[in-house]
Amino acid sequence: MGFEVIGERINGLFKDIRQAVAERDPKPIQEWALKQKEGGAHWLDINTGPIASQEEQAEIMEWLVKTAQEVVDLPVAIDSTSVLAIEAGLKAAKGKAMINSTTAEQAKMDALFPLAAKYNAAIIALAMNEKGVPKNSEQRIALAMELVANADGHGVPMEDLYIDPLILPVNVAQDHVPEVLETLRQVKMLANPAPRTTIGLSNVSQKSPDRPLINRTFLAMAMSAGLDSAIMDANDDPLMETAATGAILLNQSIYCDSYVKVFRQR
Amino acid sequence: MAVSILKERWTSKLYETTIGTGDKAVKFGGDSTLPYLQFEGEIPNRPAVALEITDVEPTDWPDFLKAHWEGVLADPVAWAKQAAEYGADLIALRLDSAHPDKGNASAEDVAKTAKAVADATDLPLIVIGCGVEEKDGAIFPAVGEALAGKNALIGCATQENYNSIVAAAMVNGHNVIASSPLDINLCKQLNILMTEMNLPAERIVIDPLIGALGYGIEYAYSIMERSRLGALTGDKMLAMPVVCFVGQEAWKAKEAKDVESPEGQTWGEQGTRAILWEVMTSTTLLQAGGSLFVMRHPESLKKFKAHVEEISKSNA
Repeated sequence: MGFEVIGERINGLFKDIRQAVAERDPKPIQEWALKQKEGGAHWLDINTGPIASQEEQAEIMEWLVKTAQEVVDLPVAIDSTSVLAIEAGLKAAKGKAMINSTTAEQAKMDALFPLAAKYNAAIIALAMNEKGVPKNSEQRIALAMELVANADGHGVPMEDLYIDPLILPVNVAQDHVPEVLETLRQVKMLANPAPRTTIGLSNVSQKSPDRPLINRTFLAMAMSAGLDSAIMDANDDPLMETAATGAILLNQSIYCDSYVKVFRQR
Repeated sequence: MAVSILKERWTSKLYETTIGTGDKAVKFGGDSTLPYLQFEGEIPNRPAVALEITDVEPTDWPDFLKAHWEGVLADPVAWAKQAAEYGADLIALRLDSAHPDKGNASAEDVAKTAKAVADATDLPLIVIGCGVEEKDGAIFPAVGEALAGKNALIGCATQENYNSIVAAAMVNGHNVIASSPLDINLCKQLNILMTEMNLPAERIVIDPLIGALGYGIEYAYSIMERSRLGALTGDKMLAMPVVCFVGQEAWKAKEAKDVESPEGQTWGEQGTRAILWEVMTSTTLLQAGGSLFVMRHPESLKKFKAHVEEISKSNA
């Protein structure tokens, strides 16, 4: 399996999506679903944005998943902190789904890994726990190992486990970037077959002036360290071209002159 | 404790291609695993075997091979009927007469021959040009039209002439062989270019250009293996079934032709070794992932099919 792009745009943190959710207007949701597929996304992340009531969040998640999958055949990543909303999304989803996300907190793992196994879903697992985001790669790896062991214990295959080492904005936590790259390298050695890896890419460039430049430079570096997928902007052309080229240079996909186009049509 | 067999989890499979119409239509491809690992995936179809005939009497075939087709070599219609009797799944008609050095027949003339052969047999048809890219690009519009509705397999399309061959296939409902000389990157690119003309991917068959046993077979083997691995891991532009023109390569081999040299005298009876050369080349490429085999000797076809019968027994 080659590099996978998880389109980040259907998220209630964006104003147009928040408004669409409030008005239950399918149009912006479906436009972004189509636009991200056109850009080359392989998955669509779906996030309701902050909703106070868990029941309402579950109901909105179901609506968002169905609305998006009405117009595209892409699989969805159900992005929520509420187990209720995640299960509602899993039930509504067509085809393979992905849970976004669990942490290495025992209670979360005990709730979400069984859900992943039950729905044969992939799951993103963040290398953090109740103490927050670790400072260095050693601590991240220790949490990743707990995630691997718990996933395995619940019958989630390594091909479905996406470890996220968590990247912080470079303008406030510069020292974390090399730690994250090192974590990616080591996560690949935790099991055989190795777990997959992912990252919330855009976070690296929060509040920096030239975000696309930082995003695509970091993407190329992270791919080289073992990044298999990213939650990212599927409509940033140079970023997508960087991902396509990375997959070719890492010999993940067989070269041909139209490789960028093939990457997007996959 | 029971040992659990470690299996690869493939995410994708080959396209399934159908050539011909009616009862005798032939289907191949569709595999969702490496060749004959039935315990890991589905192998829904057996490889198909075509016998090759030419529209003018061949000049470069060894006497031993020609002797087996005595009386029909100058008559493609009779030859096709004979090949059908020998158990071919398809007829592969090579339009050699269109070659500028072999008569330079016109598009209309070769189209007539193709039509006559198609009318004489209910087997699916593969129609191969003369190998001169420009000429092949010029004859297939007429040949494709003459065979309209037959769901034939035509080619070989190359980077130079795919435009007209793909257009002829699309207008008349045929399938196309995409030929790339031992170059997996070009193979993938050509498939992209052809699908961009809206030819459905399941109507493309890959010709990687094979070599015979002892004559570069390992290059073809590794390319076929690599493209199969790409196909099974989701590369749709390498997921077309592969055709192997075994006859044309095997019968060029010194080991298949030689009857006179002192060295050849020590290699055993020519007929036996020539047929074995064609069969061994085929069985090797079957293991590399070939789906369609074009052979020249009926005895080779028989031996190859016996091998397929054995290897198709499930190990699941």
